[in-house]
Amino acid sequence: MYPADLKYTRNHEYLKPLGDGTAMVGLSNYAQSALGDVVFVELPEIGASFDPGDEVGTVESVKTVSEYYMPTAGEVLEVNGELEAHPEYVNEDPYGKGWLIKIKISGELNPELLDAAAYEAHVASESH
Amino acid sequence: MTSLKKTPLNAVHRSLGAKMVDFGGWDMPVQYPTGIIAEHHTVRQKVGLFDVSHMGEIRVKGKQAMAFLDWLTPNAVTKLKAGQIHYTGLLLETGAFVDDLLLHKVSDDDFLLVVNASNIEKDIDWIKTLARNWDVQIIDESDATGQVALQGPRSLDVLQPIIDIDLSQIKYYWFAFGNFMGLPVMVARTGYTGEDGFEVYCAIDKTEWVWNQIMESGKNQELIPTGLGCRNTLRLEAKMALYGHEINNEITALEADMSWIVKLQKGDFLGRESLQKQSDEGVSRILVGFKMLEKRDIARDHMPVVEDGKEIGFVTSGAPSATLGFNLGLALVPTRLKEIGARISIEIRGKSCPAEVIPTPFYKRAK
Repeated sequence: MYPADLKYTRNHEYLKPLGDGTAMVGLSNYAQSALGDVVFVELPEIGASFDPGDEVGTVESVKTVSEYYMPTAGEVLEVNGELEAHPEYVNEDPYGKGWLIKIKISGELNPELLDAAAYEAHVASESH
Repeated sequence: MTSLKKTPLNAVHRSLGAKMVDFGGWDMPVQYPTGIIAEHHTVRQKVGLFDVSHMGEIRVKGKQAMAFLDWLTPNAVTKLKAGQIHYTGLLLETGAFVDDLLLHKVSDDDFLLVVNASNIEKDIDWIKTLARNWDVQIIDESDATGQVALQGPRSLDVLQPIIDIDLSQIKYYWFAFGNFMGLPVMVARTGYTGEDGFEVYCAIDKTEWVWNQIMESGKNQELIPTGLGCRNTLRLEAKMALYGHEINNEITALEADMSWIVKLQKGDFLGRESLQKQSDEGVSRILVGFKMLEKRDIARDHMPVVEDGKEIGFVTSGAPSATLGFNLGLALVPTRLKEIGARISIEIRGKSCPAEVIPTPFYKRAK
């Protein structure tokens, strides 16, 4: 459920480094499951820069709405335009077709990001 | 940690992979792995089964049962026939709600009130206090009664093979007693989804068995278990009120746009004076249905309705509508804004978003 090659935030975003200074950002499996059926994803402008923890946009599900935040400092290179027609990709394939944004990482990776094991422990502590 | 109350189906929900939530102090399934949207569509198009065992059942018996209930509630109890049901409220003297309920008439001296789970104790106390000078007995049967709601156009086809009464003879908002594979049950043609369906009441210790028999009978009808998440979106499309949202102890029956349950001509009843005054003078605020005009705007419960930077009302329930494909909601607004086509603004995360008042119910099933 929490692939080992990804980094995670305590707010349940993931960061998938692509090895060339860029990374994909999305919601973890725990986050999509907690939200339930996603119906709308608000995406940022391409070229926008964010610091770690900045609010990037919102995800609306049938039940509720939730903000998502930048896992590490960076600039938005691409947004997942497919989500406009298929917001359900966030639920069905959070680490694949359900990605939210692609970023260019600025500087060092945020040291507070969790690895898969630490994130899993964090999830376990939150859901009890 | 407070411990949540559990229905007799709790273990069944968990084994089905349900996501459980605290619903008014009850540990209830909000959805199964199917997901809210798919469960919603299944109830509209096929059939779903809900655990509603948490609901309260209050028996009112005695020589004066009918007269007492006719005074206690705003709808015309004396017009009901044995076997008939109506929607009504428990009202304060102000005309606002203690609770809303379905009132079932078994006979002139035997009625069953089905009330919201989170209000059971409050309702019992309220009714008992008011019943002191009447020749009636008030019996809380909630802990002894299990209830499941089979909802959707295929409901009759699922239930008919396993019950000995002719379900086609039960009209909407009527009920009957039957033999469910040997078990005595009460079957009401009611529900909280806007679809055809049946609510089955049984002894609490038989609830799991009843659930399993219905699921088994529904296999060839694509029956699935459905959770409280879609129950909420379904009832909202059908403009059925939810206590704590459209109605509460500050919102009157007339403000909630329920003049159809307020029978001012029937004689005295609790709350009548206030409601008569409100009716004569006109309500200052009223519940309306609205549609968000921008596809991406979703109004949520409690968001303010704004005008010139001021809050003039609030959203009582709001959600994306899976059936209709747009985002809708109900809001309490000044009466001048009740006309179809009126524009209102809803403040969503600090931004004023346009909406239009549209006819309700948003969804009405084809007859």
